[in-house]
Amino acid sequence: MENILSWISLNQQVIYIVILMIFVGIEVIGRVPSVLHTPLMSGANAIHGVVVIGAIIVMGKAEPNDYLALAMGFLAVILGTLNVVGGFVVTDRMLEMFKKKK
Amino acid sequence: MSEYILTLCYLVASVTFILGLKMLANPASARKGNLIAAAGMALAIFGTIFLYQEEGFKLGNYAWIFGGLLIGTIAGAVSAKKVKMTAMPEMVSIFNGMGGACAALISAAEFYHIYEAHKATPEIAFADIVSVGTYITIAAGAIIGTISYIGSILAWGKLNGRVKDYSFKGQHIVNLVILALVIACAIWVYQSTIADIYIPFLLIGFFAFIYGVLFVMPIGGADMPVVISLLNSFTGVAAACGGFLYNNKAMLTGGILVGAAGTLLTILMCKAMNRSLLNVLIGSFGGGNKAAASVEVSAQGHYKEISLADAAMVMSYANKVMIVPGYGLAVAQAQHICHELEEILNDKGVEVNYAIHPVAGRMPGHMNVLLAEADVSYDKLMEMETANDVFKTTDVVLILGANDVVNPAAKNDPASPIYGMPILEVELSKTVIVNKRSMKPGYAGIENDLFFQPKTSMLFGDAKKVLQDLCAEVKAI
Repeated sequence: MENILSWISLNQQVIYIVILMIFVGIEVIGRVPSVLHTPLMSGANAIHGVVVIGAIIVMGKAEPNDYLALAMGFLAVILGTLNVVGGFVVTDRMLEMFKKKK
Repeated sequence: MSEYILTLCYLVASVTFILGLKMLANPASARKGNLIAAAGMALAIFGTIFLYQEEGFKLGNYAWIFGGLLIGTIAGAVSAKKVKMTAMPEMVSIFNGMGGACAALISAAEFYHIYEAHKATPEIAFADIVSVGTYITIAAGAIIGTISYIGSILAWGKLNGRVKDYSFKGQHIVNLVILALVIACAIWVYQSTIADIYIPFLLIGFFAFIYGVLFVMPIGGADMPVVISLLNSFTGVAAACGGFLYNNKAMLTGGILVGAAGTLLTILMCKAMNRSLLNVLIGSFGGGNKAAASVEVSAQGHYKEISLADAAMVMSYANKVMIVPGYGLAVAQAQHICHELEEILNDKGVEVNYAIHPVAGRMPGHMNVLLAEADVSYDKLMEMETANDVFKTTDVVLILGANDVVNPAAKNDPASPIYGMPILEVELSKTVIVNKRSMKPGYAGIENDLFFQPKTSMLFGDAKKVLQDLCAEVKAI
């Protein structure tokens, strides 16, 4: 029990961020018109590509002669970048079509 | 100094994610919002590469990092540029799967890192080295990431028809057992000594993989948007686990933001279809009704067909025409020719609008994207509530490959499985022309009374072909 309580107070900053972000996420999306659901899903998909930062850290920390760690990090960087770049480009392509016609 | 700048980078990135998501929720600012979030992402990525420090050491292996970034960028940009508009949902699913795999790999690499650092003392208990909180984030990242990865790949396969639905009796119980096994293995790892952690950790991944497969397999192809949206929020949570692990605020905010927003979006999608999330996940929709529906088909009432020439005539002399596009239009890729028909009718002085049901097409909002691709102006697209007010004064409704979203049973038959789903009330208009390929029931597997009403006439054929012929006929008048 004390373990868990001390863990909570040690990580209270992070816990605050998590809770506030949950509310921000819900609030920000709450009033979206249904026409934008697909682009929004795609945009959110690109944003969680931020996981690539973790991949870069893993890659950068790996010992240069530890090939298993290098391979895992390298693959993670490729996949994460795919998520980020592909996600933003696809979203942009969808939204390009919503331009107001003159 | 440099770590202060990095903190600032992450702060700016987090703000751009929130701002970007907010702007994405408004048609006028959506594109800018996407670009702002992308700029924030670039800042966070390059900030990490050049400024990140751990215990005073900078990151190494620059060649590998930039190699990976380059490959990912080229592959991502090319595939995103080349994909057809109708295949967009599949593409989003694939990219989501890549993110999930990335999160799972990070957890695996971090786990391996711990193992390598302590393998000299194999008899030490794993629990003495790693705190519960850290371990939970590693394990959760691995589990959620793996489920999201394989689930997204299967969702992609289902959307393009490569993977068929599959379910067996008692599957829900099997799923629960496998989920329990995943958690049991996770606890097993934590109870082991360093020497023995390898096998249970691999088993976590193995069972999570199986769970992901069984989770998506029984869910019908038309429900995939909901599943993709759900897996999207899963990946967000997996990314947040990574943020927790590295105490990285950009990953944490981005991940949780997507996790929360994705969950809400999933619920909104379910609501538009009048189904609970649980119902979608169990995949029982239509299961019991399909048999009943096939009996009904043989006992169906009388419907009348309309010739192309007549349909063209009716539409050319109408004041107001409303087009109701559905899945059939998306499948036939008939959005361009549909716009052409709209213009030809416009030239004849007919007012043409589009009524868009929230779940028309393959994904909520997908129909709008398709029509926007075909240059249909944004203010001609009416949302359901607006359209339902306008139907009363509409002369002709042309339904293109939509079925369940115009089924009056949702309003007046409490026994119907779609009862309560908000629909487009097309029967309020004077005439209804329905274009379908055949009299087969729609996705929900139920009969549609609308087709047998006196004011309804059927125009059979592939949406694209029919529209081409209609255009020619209308021009000739």
